[in-house]
Parts: sequence; C-alpha cells; structure tokens
Amino acid sequence: MSLLPVTAGFLPLIDAAPLIVAHELRFAEEEGLSLSLRRSTSWSALRDLLAFGQVDAASILSPIPIAGALGLGGGAAPLDALMVTSLGGEAIAFSGRMAHHLEGIDLHDLTAMRGALDMPLRIGVPFPFSIHAELIYCWLGEGATVETVPPSLLPDAMAAGELDMFIVGEPWASGAVERGIASLLLPGTAIWRAPPDKVLAMRHDRAEDDPELTGRLMRTVWRACRWLRLRENRITASEIMARSPYLDLPADLIEKAMEGGIEFFEGCATFPWRSQAEWIGARLAARNRLDVTAARIGARAVFRSDLYRQHLGPAGADLPAASSRIEGAVSEPGLHPASAGRVILLPDGFFDGSVFDPDLP
Amino acid sequence: MKPISIVLIEKIPERATLIMGALRAEAECEVTVIATDEGLARRIADIAPDLVLIDVANPSRDTLEALSLASSPMDRPVAMFVDRSDRDLTRAAIEAGLSAYVVNGLRAERIRPILDAAIARFHMFQRMRTELAATRAALAERKDVDKAKRILMTARGIGEEEAYAMLRRSAMDQKKKISDIAQAIIIATDLLK
Repeated sequence: MSLLPVTAGFLPLIDAAPLIVAHELRFAEEEGLSLSLRRSTSWSALRDLLAFGQVDAASILSPIPIAGALGLGGGAAPLDALMVTSLGGEAIAFSGRMAHHLEGIDLHDLTAMRGALDMPLRIGVPFPFSIHAELIYCWLGEGATVETVPPSLLPDAMAAGELDMFIVGEPWASGAVERGIASLLLPGTAIWRAPPDKVLAMRHDRAEDDPELTGRLMRTVWRACRWLRLRENRITASEIMARSPYLDLPADLIEKAMEGGIEFFEGCATFPWRSQAEWIGARLAARNRLDVTAARIGARAVFRSDLYRQHLGPAGADLPAASSRIEGAVSEPGLHPASAGRVILLPDGFFDGSVFDPDLP
Repeated sequence: MKPISIVLIEKIPERATLIMGALRAEAECEVTVIATDEGLARRIADIAPDLVLIDVANPSRDTLEALSLASSPMDRPVAMFVDRSDRDLTRAAIEAGLSAYVVNGLRAERIRPILDAAIARFHMFQRMRTELAATRAALAERKDVDKAKRILMTARGIGEEEAYAMLRRSAMDQKKKISDIAQAIIIATDLLK
C-alpha cells in the first residue's frame, strides 16, 4: 500500500507528544500515512503555515482557530479543531520577589492567592489567543495586564527582571525553576482542572473536502494519545522528544514535566466539546468588545465534535451522548451517559467553583 | 506621496543593510531597523509604521500578534496580515520565510514592489543558510573520517589508503554512510580510553 503523505507542524513543548509519538512509533504508517513533522518557532508562523497549506495539520493552541472564526488576529483561512490533544500541561512561574511576597499564603487557596496578587503585575503569556491567557484572566480577572513573549524567551524575560510571573507550556516553566530564574510553580490545572490546551487543527475546507486524509490523521493522533496514557510510555516518549529535531532539551526535564498536570487521553480528554469552544469564544468576544452571542455560535462550530464522532467512533473512541456539557461541573471522576453505554469523565472544576452552562445566555 | 514607513526586525546587521538597500531601490520609504526583542511591541506601536517585516523563524513574531488587537473601540487595528489584500503575494512571502504585517488602509499596489524586493532578498538568505549548513555538515563529516582513519592507522599499523578502504568496506557491509562508521569508531575509542 502506498502511503499518503501528510505534514504536521508543532512547537517544541511537551504537548507536541502525540504528533511526535505518532511519527516516531509508526502510528501513522498503521493508518497508511507518511507523516512528516515541521517544527515552528512561533504560533503565528505555524498558524500561517497551516492557513497557506505549507503544513496539512498542526498541534496548535486551542483558542487560535476560535480567534480566527471571530475575526481576531492575523489568521488567513478558517481553521477547524478536530480533536483536543492535551488537557493542562501549563504552569505559572513566579519570580523570586513574587515568591517572597506570597510567603505565608496557602498555595492551594487560589482565592487567597488572588487577593495577595491584587497589585500591578507584569505577566507574560505565550500568545494573545491561548488557554494560558484565558486562565490568567479567569483567575485574576479581566483587568489583568498580560504581555506576549514567545515560550522560549519567557524565562529570559524574567531573568532580565521584565516579568513578575508568566504562564507557559511545559517544560519551560520547570526549566526556569531549574535555572534558578523562577522560584515557585503553580500548575495551570489549579485554575481549571481540565483546560483544553492544544488541538489538532486543519484548514476547514481541507477537513471537509478530504475526509479520507482527515480520518486517517485523526485516528493516528488518537492512537498516539491512547499510547501516552500509560506512565511508562511517557518515559519512552520523553527520551524521543528530547532529541534535537523535537524539543532538544534534557530528557529528565521533559520526563518530570510529563509526570504531572497533563492529560492526553483519559476521561474523553480528546473529545472536542462544543462547550469548551464556547467558553473560550465568549471570553475572547467579551474582552475584545464583540457580540458574545454571535461569538459563541461561531466558536462552537470550530470544535468539530461531529467529525470526531464520524472518524473516531468506528475506531473505538468513547463518545459522550451530548457534544456540549456544563464546563466545571464534574467534581469527581465518574460515569456519564454516552452514545453507547457510559463514559468516564474526569474532574474539570474551576478554582472558584463556578460553572459555564452553554444552554444559558 | 508620503514615504512608506517600514519597520524591519532583524538582528544581523549585514542582512538588515542588504534588505534596506533593496527596499529603498524599489520605493520611497523610511526604514527603521529594530535589532532587539526587548519591548518590541511597544517600540513598534510608538513608531506606528505602515509595514512591519520580520523573519518567519523569529520567535518574537508572536509579540506582534498582540498589536493586531485594538486596545479600545476607537483604535484602528495596528497591524494585520497582508493576505487579505493579496493571497499570492502572502504565499510567496511565507515560502521565502518572510512575515509581513501591513497596517490597514495601505493600498496593495504600494505594498507589492516593496514586498517583492524583500521576498527576493529572503530567498537569497534562505539559499545562503542552506548552503552554509550543507558545507558545515560536509566539513564535520570529513573531520570524523580523518580522525577515524588516524585511529585505525595507529591501532592496526596500516597506511592511510588501507584505513580508508576498511571504513568504506565496513560502511558497505553495514549499509551505512562512511561518516556514520567513522563516528562509531570515534565514540567507541573514546569509551575505551
């Protein structure tokens, strides 16, 4: 069988694991794909490569396709999120000065921490359209001022005294602690226990016009995510990801970051909930003074739970009965209604116990 | 007509000079070169250029994205990707490794000659980069082969030609490159020291 060539882009972060594993461990070949990977240095560059067909797919920040649908940022073509490829995997790093300021405060009490952080702060985020920025706004309020600094440069910006704290995909936050630049880490999952961080994205017209390629690629990445659910496999993955074409960082640093706070598969992690997209879209719209109702409708269309059902259902993926849910309502791992039988969902609560109900305006 | 104001983000002075020269030959423009990442977004906002040119491989590109968001309803978006006016031109720019942000309202026919000139330069840089990488790799390989030859000559008391023949035979037997075999010999020798 001749293999179908496909190129996918990524940024060097631990959440690129599904694509890297799919390529290195030949999950792609099993699906009849010849998958080549292309590393990018910035999110805007990767988005443009995708929009102009230089890559067929990409592991990209979940809000990027949504921002595009809302007309925000420099996106050049409509993008679809086919599936979620990682939940969590971000960490907030605090400078030594901030760590000192937070002394004596219970770091499990995010409301108390927020009170202590009610002061002018310089906060670094990797991209204006990122779950990282949303988590900061969700926690510290819409009044927080953030500035964009690319992941690889965030630790240097803190070392230069330009930032009090930053949130970034791992292993850049742990790396900053190891280099003595940051003194304290808070996982992003402390703010929202299951934030959809990265999605597998394709251009909308491509995903529609080429269901064969789209299906094969989705199954490939889904199998890689399933493989990554085992702890021992993550050690192997860390070794592979440490190599120079990928993260080009020490394997033990990657392995440590892969141990906590990131979920690739369990609890329907890969399912692109329409309600996740609405949560992101509503927040982006409100902050940028767009019509929130229209934005929610536009956003939910971007997370393609329909394609997920179509392409991954037959492959054996768990399918929840509904494609939207109340975000933040699952407090304990438990069984929930599915298309067939039941599925296990993992906790997804927000730090302040709030919920987002897609059925309410 | 007012000269077009261009910000060029480029760390290497030689490259910046070449690009500036090409741009000035094409159109009446004022080019400001920014060579550092520090405070990039703020500095661009202060200059308020018509056009920003940046290497697609420069991670600082992401900081420009924030400029595309209007900070108040009264603001016009500071920067926007060029594609909306001319998709072919943008595609050509991306293939050359160039990102261009064009401020809303600048007419396409004024942008085109400038971008064409920039694209040509960027293609040249990409070619130079590829050539340099290939030359470096070839040099490194030759160094390895020479070193492995010397190790074999000392260890087995043979001549240079014979040592090279051994390397080549071994490479053919193992279906590997001569430089790979050479590297293996060097690593093994280091371990056995």
